[in-house]
Amino acid sequence: MALGDILIEVSNVAKHFGEGETRVDALRAVDLTVRAGEVIALLGPSGSGKTTLLNIIGCILAPSGGRVVLDGEPVFDGKWLRRDLRRLRLDKIGFIFQSHNLLPFLTAQENVAVVLDLAGRPTEEGRARARELLDYLEVGHRAMVKPALLSGGEAQRVAIARALANRPRIILADEPTAALDGARAGLVMDLMRKLAVEQEACIVTVTHDEKIFDRFDRLIYLRDGRLADA
Amino acid sequence: MNLALKDIRHGLFRFVLTCFGLGLLMTVVLAMIGIYNGLVSDALAVVKAPAADVWVVEAGTKGPFAEASSIPADTRDAVARMPGVAEAGAVNYQNVEAAHTGQTLRLYVIGYEPGRPGGPQAIAEGRGIGAGHFELVADRKTGLLPGETIRLGRDRFTVVGLVEGAMNSGGDPAVYVTLADAMALQTELDPAAQRVQTARGAVSVKSASVATIIARMSPGADVDLLTATVRQWKHLAAMTQVEQEELLLASVVDKARRQIGLFLGILLSVSAVVIALIIYTMTMEKLKQIATLKLIGAPDRTIIALIVQQALILGAAGWGIGLMLILTVKDYFPRRVVLEPFNVMVLAGIIAAVCLLSSALGVRAAMKVDPATALGS
Repeated sequence: MALGDILIEVSNVAKHFGEGETRVDALRAVDLTVRAGEVIALLGPSGSGKTTLLNIIGCILAPSGGRVVLDGEPVFDGKWLRRDLRRLRLDKIGFIFQSHNLLPFLTAQENVAVVLDLAGRPTEEGRARARELLDYLEVGHRAMVKPALLSGGEAQRVAIARALANRPRIILADEPTAALDGARAGLVMDLMRKLAVEQEACIVTVTHDEKIFDRFDRLIYLRDGRLADA
Repeated sequence: MNLALKDIRHGLFRFVLTCFGLGLLMTVVLAMIGIYNGLVSDALAVVKAPAADVWVVEAGTKGPFAEASSIPADTRDAVARMPGVAEAGAVNYQNVEAAHTGQTLRLYVIGYEPGRPGGPQAIAEGRGIGAGHFELVADRKTGLLPGETIRLGRDRFTVVGLVEGAMNSGGDPAVYVTLADAMALQTELDPAAQRVQTARGAVSVKSASVATIIARMSPGADVDLLTATVRQWKHLAAMTQVEQEELLLASVVDKARRQIGLFLGILLSVSAVVIALIIYTMTMEKLKQIATLKLIGAPDRTIIALIVQQALILGAAGWGIGLMLILTVKDYFPRRVVLEPFNVMVLAGIIAAVCLLSSALGVRAAMKVDPATALGS
């Protein structure tokens, strides 16, 4: 494992919904490669296929055709090659949501530790990792607070900590800065970039936020289900 | 990390209120079970109290509880002399209403022969009847106290003792008097009515008939032989204790028992629907969180455990609160509420089964949730 390793390899991936006259081609023959340490943005108008591509990389949605390799492991080639996709997500992928989606009944620390708990790690290890990440993201002092009492920026940093808890090498983010002001959005992106390098991970972000475009290594445009590097 | 408990703790006030509401529903269910048991128990109490082996009644009747029965009082001597009979006693039963401290008491008067079968089994307070006339032993539920007096018919009786759990199938508390007093109470007319009868030249209507003869058998004696022998007398019928109990349940309390049983069934069905609705609503409110859990990799068993555990905790808490409430208030019910540990445990089993079935609806909804719904909103 090193910076520059190919972590996401999407080849000739297509996705359509419906058949016949109602058929909609959301993605057409998309090829995308993302390497460790890279932070890329998926851009495009509404309905261009950004979220569909993010869902396919996140193993939430099955493509209609093509091949997907994650962290060197082929996961889709005409069909899913693994049955336990949730375990795959747990081990390899971290998600950051537009509205942080923290579990309201858990404290900030528990929201991070729950990922390790689901992975079957000892409680103490989960707690220690959560504290480490929250301290690193400068929200350690809010560890025992429930999400309802966190500010938008604090909640998003806790969500980032949760995405990183199990040390995934692929981080998928859906509008992660939509709920933040310009300054905070920049800070969050800088933080994600730093983590991507330190953890030798890649980050794929769907965003419309032009204020943070300069924080990405690559901006990838999607139009009518087709990819175009910019 | 137990997500079910964490979620409950997060919305504790709301969860406790829900449990309390369910607990009130369980209180009603337990009350109905208790009333049902009480009805049967009360009905049998009066039959079981004399600890009889054989009941001798008027031929062609199902007396003395299901139908009126009237047989000569001296039948007792004939029955007592029969082979295998250890002792026999004549007994009368009747309902009266009597005024006491400004209130009307409805009493079930049992007339018996002191020293013979048919009297109270155990005196809880005071003493048994010692005099031939005008003393009574009352069930505690009458509210009468030893030393008090009460007018029954034309005579005033002194309460000399108290018993517990003595009543008829209608729940009217019993008072025990001597057979002679009971027969007088049954037949003696009001003075004005007596004067009218005398003026008409009518003879006294006082008769020496009783409702039943109770017989206790010697150890090893053949009960069936005795009943068969009694039945050979054309004017008498005989029933064993078991037959009398079955008859009472089948005729006197059957309709009330079925009514309560049906109501209990409806209540349990309503409870099942309410529990299902609560659990389903609790799950639907968490769909976004369930989608998030699925997205970050939670296996199905974690999500199922979250729903099922909460359903079972809800059911257990509702059951516990219901049990606690009914145990607190059961003595204030006008009729006896009898809760058997077996009934309470059966209800616990039913509630657990209902919770599991109800949570299946929630689990089904949760399993259908697309993890993608956690994204992009």
